[in-house]
Amino acid sequence: MENNNLYNYILGIADNSLILGQRLGELCGHGPSLETDIACTNISLDLLGQVRSYYQYAAQLADDGRNEDTIAMMRPEREYVNVLLVEQPNTDFAYTMARQFLFDVYHFSFLTQLQNSADNTLAAIAKKSIKEVSYHLRFSSDWIKRLGDGTEESNKRIQNAINDLWTYTDELFHQTEADKQMISEGVGVDTSKLKEQYYNEVSSLLKEATLEVPESKYFQKGGKKGIHTEHMGYILAELQYMQRTYPNLTW
Amino acid sequence: MKKEWPLWEVFVRSKNGLEHRHFGSLHAADAEMALENARDVYTRRNEGVSIWVVESKHIMASNPENNGEMFEPAQDKVYRHPTFYNLPDEIKHM
Repeated sequence: MENNNLYNYILGIADNSLILGQRLGELCGHGPSLETDIACTNISLDLLGQVRSYYQYAAQLADDGRNEDTIAMMRPEREYVNVLLVEQPNTDFAYTMARQFLFDVYHFSFLTQLQNSADNTLAAIAKKSIKEVSYHLRFSSDWIKRLGDGTEESNKRIQNAINDLWTYTDELFHQTEADKQMISEGVGVDTSKLKEQYYNEVSSLLKEATLEVPESKYFQKGGKKGIHTEHMGYILAELQYMQRTYPNLTW
Repeated sequence: MKKEWPLWEVFVRSKNGLEHRHFGSLHAADAEMALENARDVYTRRNEGVSIWVVESKHIMASNPENNGEMFEPAQDKVYRHPTFYNLPDEIKHM
């Protein structure tokens, strides 16, 4: 394949949205209320829509018979390079919103920069996706504020969720070899420059929500290198079931 | 404390120039959440350009028991209906 780094870079972006979309999709019919159920599955569909554009582009680069479905659904676990944050379970609505918020702040600033990519296709996908993602960010931020500044119980739960997921935030800014190469070519986003702004934005919203900003400096990593948490296998089992049972199925 | 969120009525204007129409109802804790929920529940497929929400309790509804006096006026007052004008053929939509 001509450009392996670009291919890997695209998967690095797409896998985050694929796995988060799959997680949110689990809430279909199980959300805490009809309205939040629909909202979460809408966000899931937005993410899966974006993912298709990335995988189609990756398939075109691979040019070896793989298509968007095989790339999305036929890889073994070690070849998925999503961050650990997005594979964390929907424990309760507080965890679901905390995970979403911690990802959305990153996702929005990442796509804002990706619009300036030297790669026209990536820039176009970013431009198309950013409207949706700005809504995701508004939605999750609103819920952090509501839960933080809500009842004693809701405050306790969202604080717990933020504390637990905090350990996965640093990995958002780790750079793989493919990332570094793409940054040097003006194609990739230099995430190290987004980090300070990320923690400022997250902290200021947490304070507004009357929540404590976690102080822990111990961070988990591994997802970007294919080393996942124990949740990942279960997600993939469900995600891949149809394609593996009925290869090449179409609707 | 009440556990259920209050009910809201949702009105959507489907294009500029048309009036807002009643689309349905949903639950939300306050007006802001009602707008967001309305956006998610009713307008995700390009259905609208503007949304109104109003808490259902603010709507005064007519009582079906009074339908007789409300909606069925005596039919013998022909002069209340503009039926004595000859409309020119060119006028449509009357």
